Amino acid sequence: MRAFTYERANSPAAAAAAAAGNPEAKFIAGGTNLLDLMKLQIETPSHLIDVNGLKLDTIETTDDGGLRIGALVRNTALAADARVRRDYGVLSRALLAGASAQLRNRATTAGNLLQRTRCPYFYDTAQPCNKREPGSGCSALGGFSRQLGVIGVSEACIATHPSDMAVAMRALDGTVETVKADATTRTIPLAELHRAPGTTPHLETTLAQGELITAVRLPRPIGGRQIYRKVRDRASYAFALVSVAAVIQRDGSGRIALGGIAPRPWRSEAAEAELRRGAKAAAAALLEGARPTRENAFKLPLVERTLSAVLSEARA
Amino acid sequence: MPNPSELALNRRDLMVVAGACAALPAMGASAHAQPAPVGAPVLHDVSFEVNGRRHALSIDTRTTLLDALREHLHLTGTKKGCDHGQCGACTVIVDGQRINSCLTLAVMHQNASVTTIEGLGTADKLHPMQAAFVRHDGFQCGYCTPGQICSGVAMFDEIRAGIPSHVTADLTAAVVASETEIRERMSGNICRCGAYSNIVEAMVEIGGRQG
Ligand SMILES: Cc1cc2nc3c(=O)[nH]c(=O)nc-3n(C[C@H](O)[C@H](O)[C@H](O)COP(=O)(O)OP(=O)(O)OC[C@H]3O[C@@H](n4cnc5c(N)ncnc54)[C@H](O)[C@@H]3O)c2cc1C
Ligand code: SF4
Repeated sequence: MRAFTYERANSPAAAAAAAAGNPEAKFIAGGTNLLDLMKLQIETPSHLIDVNGLKLDTIETTDDGGLRIGALVRNTALAADARVRRDYGVLSRALLAGASAQLRNRATTAGNLLQRTRCPYFYDTAQPCNKREPGSGCSALGGFSRQLGVIGVSEACIATHPSDMAVAMRALDGTVETVKADATTRTIPLAELHRAPGTTPHLETTLAQGELITAVRLPRPIGGRQIYRKVRDRASYAFALVSVAAVIQRDGSGRIALGGIAPRPWRSEAAEAELRRGAKAAAAALLEGARPTRENAFKLPLVERTLSAVLSEARA
Repeated sequence: MPNPSELALNRRDLMVVAGACAALPAMGASAHAQPAPVGAPVLHDVSFEVNGRRHALSIDTRTTLLDALREHLHLTGTKKGCDHGQCGACTVIVDGQRINSCLTLAVMHQNASVTTIEGLGTADKLHPMQAAFVRHDGFQCGYCTPGQICSGVAMFDEIRAGIPSHVTADLTAAVVASETEIRERMSGNICRCGAYSNIVEAMVEIGGRQG
């Protein structure tokens, strides 16, 4: 690991200000992703700002009947919250399908959104990877790409965003609240937090250097059957090959977002418009323009089948 | 004959590969040695309680809680398996919650209260979970055992607190400590000897209901 200095921030604005002047500074929350990458020197911050003391660990009911989830709320606490279990079941389910109990006890809401890809070549510092080392090439395109993305990918990078939680939040129309170094705040729809890879896959989000996530807001509950179905190589403790977060209403209309297939939680309005015609039609709309590799082409039929399973569960 | 340090390396590599497979079944992507440290160490003060005893340390900021426990406080009951949060051998209980001590920095735990396997029971007075592991043969090599036991003890606290899991059928109903629940909730602890069925039996006896 590269040596680094360490400070504990005591207010969100102070944390953002401390990071802004220093492009080598990073926030550390649960540390479950950042520290992992620091050990491999994929992340090499020279300064860490510990945000665990910022008191951003509460879940409040908002005036419009929604929820405001503090950036430091742990994944376990969010999944177990009575309001989330009752009104946003798809979020509880997505969280509980991710990682292990030990990891969820530390992992935070903001850290989960900003976790980096699990592409094996991103982790292997001996291999070219445009995301880790811009311009070095993408080893996955001609390599082991079974786990990787099939849609929204680019010539430069086919990595997926690995979060389960973010997929459910995308289906629930979540928005991210931030504070910048100059103490200004803004709200970013979750749909706009993660960038498309294009030719610059190392630029992953629309956050500015030092911009701190303070909360995620969910609009008021929309009811419906809420389902998160994750397909993976083992029954527990594995990342998704394909996952579907769905909120399906009685009339068959609804919302769907997918994980495991794209560089960000993947939601498609065109696919939602087809939902009442069934999984085949919805999957066809959703996968319009997909560019699978030979190794991960199986994800296309898997998307349709997973959707089909979700829709029949919703009808049951 | 390999010399002892080669043997040690082989064993560690084996653990890393096993751990990597936990999260990346497609290939053991993180099965690499960690790169050499870079830069002059920066020391930082931290103090926390371990098994009821207060410790004040001035420690390299890079030190994980796991390394602080093993290398600085000489509490070697907590094991280093994969060192990447994938195997669960390093599980300890911090402020009542089980976590992977390898994926957290010691300096992040100012004033925390840490319980390790040494704090759960002693050779003369085993924790009920330890005794159950002995009765049911919940191990072979024993390397994952401290993590399994710390994890199991905290798991029952999570069930008592009503925290649901991936296999909980009804999110709004009370949680029951069935065998299915125990298996899912313990998936963060890998046992490469495959003693799982005995581990589950031990846990079912301690807190579960057969289900
Ligand atoms: C073995 C293993 C298996 C896993 N399996 C899954 C899985 O199946 N599904 C899944 O979804 N996830 C999985 N994960 C990933 C896990 O969910 C993430 O590691 C975790 O959510 C990251 O949260 P954290 O708080 O620990 O983030 P950290 O590691 O602390 O931070 C991650 C990033 O976010 C930044 N950051 C943190 N907080 C803020 C903030 N408030 N504002 C701005 N930036 C911030 C940090 O600077 C860093 O860049 C797994 C992880 C491991 C190790
Ligand atoms: S897919 Fe992206 S992360 Fe993976 S090797 Fe290619 S550039 Fe790197």
